[in-house]
Amino acid sequence: MVALQETVERVKRIDVDQYRYGFETLIDSEKAPKGLSEETVKFISQKKNEPAWMLQWRLEAYRRWLTMTEPTWARVNYPKIDFQDIYYYAAPKPKKTVSSLDEIDPEILKTYEKLGIPLREVAMLEGIEPKVGEQDPAQRKIAVDAVFDSVSVATTFKAELKKAGVIFMPISEAIREHPELVQKYLGSVVPTSDNFYATLNSAVFSDGSFVYVPPGVRCPMELSTYFRINERNTGQFERTLIIADKGSYVSYLEGCTAPQRDENQLHAAVVELVALDDAEIKYSTVQNWYPGNSEGKGGIYNFVTKRGDCRGNHSKISWTQVETGSAITWKYPSCILRGDNSRGEFYSIAISNGFQQVDSGTKMIHLGKNTSSRIISKGIAAGKSQNTYRGLVTAHRKATGARNFTACDSLLIGDKCGAHTVPYIEAKNSSATFEHEATTSKISEDVLFYCVQRGLSQEEAVGLVVNGFVKQVLQRLPMEFAVEAQKLIAISLDGSVG
Amino acid sequence: MMHFRGQIRMALLEIRDLHVGVEDREIIRGLHLSVHAGEVHAIMGPNGSGKSTLSHVIAGKPGYEVTDGQILFKGEDLLEMEPDERAAKGVFLAFQYPVEIPGVTTMNFLRAALNARRKARNQQEFSTPAFLKRVREVAGSLNIPQDMIKRGVNVGFSGGEKKRNEILQMALFEPGLCILDEIDSGLDIDALRIVASGINALRSPERAMIVITHYRRLLEHIVPDIVHVMSKGRVMKSGGKELALELEACGYAQFEDAA
Repeated sequence: MVALQETVERVKRIDVDQYRYGFETLIDSEKAPKGLSEETVKFISQKKNEPAWMLQWRLEAYRRWLTMTEPTWARVNYPKIDFQDIYYYAAPKPKKTVSSLDEIDPEILKTYEKLGIPLREVAMLEGIEPKVGEQDPAQRKIAVDAVFDSVSVATTFKAELKKAGVIFMPISEAIREHPELVQKYLGSVVPTSDNFYATLNSAVFSDGSFVYVPPGVRCPMELSTYFRINERNTGQFERTLIIADKGSYVSYLEGCTAPQRDENQLHAAVVELVALDDAEIKYSTVQNWYPGNSEGKGGIYNFVTKRGDCRGNHSKISWTQVETGSAITWKYPSCILRGDNSRGEFYSIAISNGFQQVDSGTKMIHLGKNTSSRIISKGIAAGKSQNTYRGLVTAHRKATGARNFTACDSLLIGDKCGAHTVPYIEAKNSSATFEHEATTSKISEDVLFYCVQRGLSQEEAVGLVVNGFVKQVLQRLPMEFAVEAQKLIAISLDGSVG
Repeated sequence: MMHFRGQIRMALLEIRDLHVGVEDREIIRGLHLSVHAGEVHAIMGPNGSGKSTLSHVIAGKPGYEVTDGQILFKGEDLLEMEPDERAAKGVFLAFQYPVEIPGVTTMNFLRAALNARRKARNQQEFSTPAFLKRVREVAGSLNIPQDMIKRGVNVGFSGGEKKRNEILQMALFEPGLCILDEIDSGLDIDALRIVASGINALRSPERAMIVITHYRRLLEHIVPDIVHVMSKGRVMKSGGKELALELEACGYAQFEDAA
């Protein structure tokens, strides 16, 4: 009991000191006036030099948003958000058109350096030509788009991607340069009317990433976007749109961090994925927004709508997420299995500690014939946190031969936290095969003692057991990020590592 | 002051007047025990006599309150140390019920534990090839198949496999003191032979063992130097290996009466 209590104590003490990314970058920034109105929407659209159709789209969303109310069905508690007390746009100054990294504020570059994100391609661009027989270095290359508050500050490897025909750029640029693609797909997976936060995002989103992979192309490198909220009282509303055309493949990763602040900050993103015939999209997230301090003060409110549409036959969309941050997480990356024989996957690790509240899960909507889906969710609750899995698996009347397998496992550390599982399963035809497994276990004192008797410290023992628990999901992440995520898990649960 | 140089060896493990309670109930009530390097001690006794509690307290399992007494290991106070420190010093407990750790392969677990112990002793970490070679050797000698090492720690292992896995760890970690808590429970006669021969192979002049068991059967395979009979939290009688025979003939009742 003593050992377990110590572990619980250690875990409880985790707060601001443990959050490595809590620093603030001192730069000048340009903001929209506080609050939300048609003027704010117009201001953002104008800042982005958007065409008229885009402004119209935003204004429609805004007007609809005015008629909507915040959803309350999630198992999360927070004081009412004053949507007029938020800045909806903040951009680092000077805001010239940035054509190369040298024009970016060095402070911002330093920020990303501190975060361990390689925006400079120098190291990779020098001495590049692979020798015959050597592994292509492109396999280790990662193209990065960095979003700082409301704008994208740099996108790397653009030229090399262009050679392959892949478009990877800030969505604000894509709206100007590829309006036909954006108009065709934006809002086609998450319509502007979808839900309170998605509608808000449609009105005020300022940047995010845009990816288009042409037919038959296997994207030559991992694509990734790093989101950073820096400004005080600022909301971040990024919008990501990824289209994998017929027979193409792309793997995409997003990472998120924010400074530690006493107040709560709103993050309401929308991610839309479209996979056409035989295409595959693998989308991974390592979310480490500031979770708040040990008293539950501060932290990011993360209200995110992520949805993938397996629009084509034999298409596949796979979500992998490692969620360790945010005061509140409200997030259900989903798959619409529209094409026949399409497949959706959701692999999730959600860790909550301190006063964090997580309500996360997925929806698998089977519409096409012989569609299949797989859900593996691992929730770990420590401290005084609440961790809920909420999922929906549904088979349409015409979705004959639909199959789903779901496994939800929860691990509790200490006795002040909670784990909840809320699965909804609907089959509207008799040929659907749905399996659901759920377990909840406590990290047992006997297991910890066994480990320390073999010479491991308490922290090492907890880390080992937890990493064993989440291994199945961790394996789904691209190699580089699996290592990062493993460390993140150790930090999230380990009081002595700072 | 007189010195008996060369006559009195310091005991490897010295337990003096140990009193241990769990939730206001006294389980161990004034226990004395001296174990020297090179010796194998057997502790026998009925259920509830405090045998397993003793093994747990030596290893530092939480949940027990030591109300009085001392446990010295190589002259150092074990009760002042965390369980992982005790392990690094060379105290090894083979569990009666080894736990399962899903998702952590035996190989990774062994490596993590071995390196943690080496780090605690300021030794260099094992190189991977050297480690793999060592594990394969020891596993081979214990008839442990390679695929067992690649599975999650004890996950889906039979009773016999779990016990062999304990001995595998004991052999790899090279502890100074091995405590074997009912290592014979749940083993058939063939498994018992393999486990016992693995244990016998680790007997050495530098190492001591405490073998806790209900049954004389185990002591036919692991022949002890000294046998203790424990009852109601105390050592009631100590003697040579013939004491085990006597016990089998007369049972534990005589000792309980004496208590």
